[in-house]
Amino acid sequence: MSEVIIEARQIQKFYGPPDGARIQVIAPTDLGIYAGEILAVLGPSGSGKSTLLRILTGLSTPSAGEVLRHGQPIDGPCPDVSIVFQSFALFPWLTVLQNVEAPLKARGVRAIERTKRSLRILDTVGLDGFESAYPKELSGGMRQRVGFARALVVEPEVLFMDEPFSALDVLTAENLRGELLELWQNQRMPTRAVFLVTHNIEEAVLLADRIIVLGKNPAKIRTDFRLNLPRPRDRKEPGFVQTVDYIYRVLTQPDAAPALPAEPELEAATKRSGPAKYPMLPHARPGGIAGLLEILLDRNGRDDIYHLADELAFEIDDMLPTVEAAALLGFLTVAEGDAEITPEGRAFAEADILARKELFRKAALERVALLRQITRSLVAKFDRTLPAEFFQDLLEEHFSEEEAQRQLETAINWGRYAEIFDYDAGGKRFFIPEEVASSAPPTEAVSP
Amino acid sequence: MRRPGLARALILERTWPLLLDALVGCAVLAAAYGMVATARYWLGTVTPAVEIARSPRALPAYAFYSVVRIAVAYVLSLVFAVAYGYAAAHSRRMESLMVAALDILQSIPVLSFLPGVMLAMVSLFPTRQLGVEFGSILLIFTGQVWNMAFSFYASLKAIPRELREAAVIYRFPRWQRFLDLELPYGAIGLVWNSMVSVAGGWFFLMACEMFVLGKRDFRLPGLGSYLQRAAGAGDTAAIFWGLGAMIGVIVLMDQLVWRPAIAWADKFKFEQVESAPPPRSPILHLLRNSRALAKLRQSTIAPLSERLGLYFSRRAAHIRAQAPPARWKRVLAGLAAAAVVAALAYAAFLTLASLKGIGREEMLGTLAGAGTTFLRVNAALLLAAAWTVPAGVAIGFHPRLARIAQPFVQIAASVPATALFPVVLLGLIRLGGGLGAGSVLLMLLGTQWYVLFNVIAGAMAIPSDLREVAGVFRFSRVDRWKIVILPGIFPYLITGLVTASGGAWNASIVAEYFHFKGRILSTLGLGAQISHATDSGNLDLLLLSTIVMAAMVVSVNRLVWRPLYRLSETRFRLES
Repeated sequence: MSEVIIEARQIQKFYGPPDGARIQVIAPTDLGIYAGEILAVLGPSGSGKSTLLRILTGLSTPSAGEVLRHGQPIDGPCPDVSIVFQSFALFPWLTVLQNVEAPLKARGVRAIERTKRSLRILDTVGLDGFESAYPKELSGGMRQRVGFARALVVEPEVLFMDEPFSALDVLTAENLRGELLELWQNQRMPTRAVFLVTHNIEEAVLLADRIIVLGKNPAKIRTDFRLNLPRPRDRKEPGFVQTVDYIYRVLTQPDAAPALPAEPELEAATKRSGPAKYPMLPHARPGGIAGLLEILLDRNGRDDIYHLADELAFEIDDMLPTVEAAALLGFLTVAEGDAEITPEGRAFAEADILARKELFRKAALERVALLRQITRSLVAKFDRTLPAEFFQDLLEEHFSEEEAQRQLETAINWGRYAEIFDYDAGGKRFFIPEEVASSAPPTEAVSP
Repeated sequence: MRRPGLARALILERTWPLLLDALVGCAVLAAAYGMVATARYWLGTVTPAVEIARSPRALPAYAFYSVVRIAVAYVLSLVFAVAYGYAAAHSRRMESLMVAALDILQSIPVLSFLPGVMLAMVSLFPTRQLGVEFGSILLIFTGQVWNMAFSFYASLKAIPRELREAAVIYRFPRWQRFLDLELPYGAIGLVWNSMVSVAGGWFFLMACEMFVLGKRDFRLPGLGSYLQRAAGAGDTAAIFWGLGAMIGVIVLMDQLVWRPAIAWADKFKFEQVESAPPPRSPILHLLRNSRALAKLRQSTIAPLSERLGLYFSRRAAHIRAQAPPARWKRVLAGLAAAAVVAALAYAAFLTLASLKGIGREEMLGTLAGAGTTFLRVNAALLLAAAWTVPAGVAIGFHPRLARIAQPFVQIAASVPATALFPVVLLGLIRLGGGLGAGSVLLMLLGTQWYVLFNVIAGAMAIPSDLREVAGVFRFSRVDRWKIVILPGIFPYLITGLVTASGGAWNASIVAEYFHFKGRILSTLGLGAQISHATDSGNLDLLLLSTIVMAAMVVSVNRLVWRPLYRLSETRFRLES
């Protein structure tokens, strides 16, 4: 194996006190970036991919463990690396040329030399003639080219990319990916390794020499393998399809580690499974769940989730929460990347609005811990009302503040839909309205 | 359309509120003590007073003097605001304290510091006008600096994370981060707040160009003193000349300074796509396309900044190689901070101790005055809301009306209320009204515009589909106001009222007490008491009433406006 440039040893990220109820964002992780490779890190949103990138570049310090660059621990931002940002992060008040020159200026390069090098790199990324334009005059794709030029002009040893194509439309992104790969393969890119963070499976398989898939809560490496598919890669090739399917299975089965397919053969890395967690509500809307079930019903109750997302022009990342929510409610089951509707799910999809609410309520109270907890607490209170803070505090023992907030928002959404309880946004209180209180199932029935 | 930066008058989230407020309170008391002590100490010196001419021919020179005062004060404020905002945003330890200080300093009635500052300055520079000039400049400075500082601080905190990270990962030295990222990002907020600040500066300038302290008469040649003198003499022609000159100066400044500044700041808008057509200014166009200027820039500024840039980036690389500061240095800093806190606490104690000399009667008088002024301020606010809400909504809903009304309203609003006071007072006396109700009118004069402009902006921000809903479902007039209009303008109305409330308290100092044709007109009130204490040189009483007024303003902000503001930010926000 070739030379390791940046290496992370047992890095972790957590918030809160070092022992006790701390929130673990990244579980202890080892990771190396080697010379000559494009390394892609894949994971669902909120899995800590970006945090990992920021730790490896030195923008953020790990709570434990250390990051080494050529064997030396780094202290502060890592020298000789560049980042291409998802939002481009260009300075809108500087021209294209000034934007690209800025990092050179920071390094004390003289004006003439600065302009020469910047113009050369602008030429390389295909922005010849746009030097004096302002970023807001350019299209998204052009702007990200400026981002690439700015990153490459300092000839970084490692080029980090944080979802560089996800703010672009599909065609522009595809075009830019192709050009990037061409630069890399023709060695016209003055950089020795590329670290790409993405949530797009195909993008990773298209570009990477090595792929790492992260699991979430906390982030940990689910699988780490090398990909020896010949380039240029074709999306229809069996090897490509198999790899995509494999990654997809890893992502949809949080607790199992599927075997690697034989073709892109490799060394699997870690197989850890965390301790029992407070169940997390997937952030889906009841309407979305119903829509998904109706579509499944149209397809005879069973379909491959990945293809379903593809056909509906959904990012798989946006669709997974809805699938998870439906599975949580017992409306469908997921196996081998296929979703299959259950009898309850069928009943739900075929019911009218009122009946749906009834079915949803039943399923939610039976299977969703948070909703059950809220209802039970409300029923126990003589005036059947409690402040949101009460639940927020409870949730914050298990989630970050932000996630706790989102959990609560989703719970409110579901609770209102199912007419289990209501929420007063002005006073920030949960309550059970009178007529519901009388018709609500008795406490015993609610308990598991 | 919400003006960026203007709606941030209140700070909602802070850490350690009580402790910090106590600390800031101590510092303010200490400063007040220092000022009073200095004033008392220097009270012996003589100050020349300039005779103010009433001839219109003197007006250009007077206008010039006034503009110079405003300009110097503004430049000082700008530098200070940027430095303060920068320091607050970058110092992890001092940040919350500095923000709390801003919050309180914003609400302190500047005019009650007039005597202390003036006396101190006059004694510092006993030669002719310099001292008084400096005093007035310092006063205008304290009136306009805080919102600018806060705006810059808030901008720095709002810089998007990825932009900040880009500056770090590309290793911008501090100067480059400041010039290429922080200053541009804060520019728009600074420009808008500068406009507000300078308008406020005119208000104070008019008041402090001519005033009496004890037996001494301070006069500065300027538009404010001209107007006061004209009104004092009952010279209607001179009054009109003065007002005309005033409006002329303000319109000119708008065209020559603020329009170009706004058009220039447009390039700092943080947006990825061009949204509205950018504002234009012929003056800016001229400056940008002037060959001579471009040449000058090429031969001076460009090489200089290049040289500086190279120097700083090399120095930064050098510093990076060095070790972090030793531990004893941090310990020393901690000790120094503790010493400062102790000194502040002691000074605050001395201040409070000096209040012991005040009799029971005076205490009660102060409280009664505070109550009266409180009622008066609220009456002024109510009156302002009563006429500006219907008028503002009408203007906001009808573009054609807006086109006709806007210029008139803008000119009317730009005339500082303090310039109009003598004129209005003259009218009041001729009509035979007293100052008790008259001072409400004077406060109204100074503060109604904030409310009007905000209501217009709020009415324009109500989406037309909401208004169409009201039309389609045939809402009654009452329902239309209750369901659509009032909730729609609520956040804007609150923002306007907060600003107006602060302004009204400050205005009470000049509105409740007046020298007129050698007589003194006054009415019961905290503002009158401050002015009276100033007049009679009773510095203890001045101190007490200033503290009471500051406390009133701060507690009204905390207890009334902040909760309302929070409500407007959550429940009544239109965009989600």
